[in-house]
Amino acid sequence: MKKKWYDFLWIASLIYLVLGFVNILFAWFGLLCFLIPLIISIAKGTKGYCNRYCGRGQLFSILGGRFGLSRKKDIPRWMKSKVFRYGFLVFFLIMFFQMLWNTYLVFAGVQDLKQGITLLWTFKLPWHWAYHGTLMHSGVAQFAFGFYSIMLTSTILGLITMVLFKPRSWCVYCPMGTMTQFICKIKNGKHIDQKSPVPTFRQS
Amino acid sequence: MNPGRSLKKAVIEQHSCVACGCCVKVCPRKAIEILGGIMARVNWEQCVGCGKCMKECPASVITIQEVC
Repeated sequence: MKKKWYDFLWIASLIYLVLGFVNILFAWFGLLCFLIPLIISIAKGTKGYCNRYCGRGQLFSILGGRFGLSRKKDIPRWMKSKVFRYGFLVFFLIMFFQMLWNTYLVFAGVQDLKQGITLLWTFKLPWHWAYHGTLMHSGVAQFAFGFYSIMLTSTILGLITMVLFKPRSWCVYCPMGTMTQFICKIKNGKHIDQKSPVPTFRQS
Repeated sequence: MNPGRSLKKAVIEQHSCVACGCCVKVCPRKAIEILGGIMARVNWEQCVGCGKCMKECPASVITIQEVC
């Protein structure tokens, strides 16, 4: 099958992760991974981002599939349950707003810039080598540190589940995927009979 | 009925589908579509029951079943 330009977006994801080690301000580009899926789901009512443009999903596919870094086992049932998926989305959003709050405190001058990232919402790591100052307010850098923490944390979680289960296991509980599916359900739910049995097979 | 035709088809546990589209990408017959960003649906007229989607599905919600 002929590859399209969007089949190479995994390169962008990889470059993004590397740039976070070089200059933390590049972390701002990660907002695209939040905004584009939301815009597509709200405007078009599809999960076009997941289905086509998600570079991270492609990266997991390549690492787990072509490079054989996945056990390719079934994901546990609880991880695909609605309770876990929506619970993880809520947890993720709470952590996201907490990061925004910390950014606000730096902007307000209440708190100093912390040149570090927090992995898995717990482990604080120094990250000063990736900060070379900014012409703007230090709050801009604080947001970058916080946002890159989120992106790196979710990449690590995705890599762990990629190894343990199938390559794109992250897609099952990805908060953006859950959120865009929720938006699509609100937009299109009434047009699709979600309780319908499997489509009937017509013999020709 | 055509005896040479496979009656094994992909069946999706639709309420657990996350609509990621991995199955759509690997289907050699373009037999799967994502319905309104909510769930995947298989067109059984196109499906030959090869099982590629079943292997790929990260949520493991696809099975290959006899459907006669």
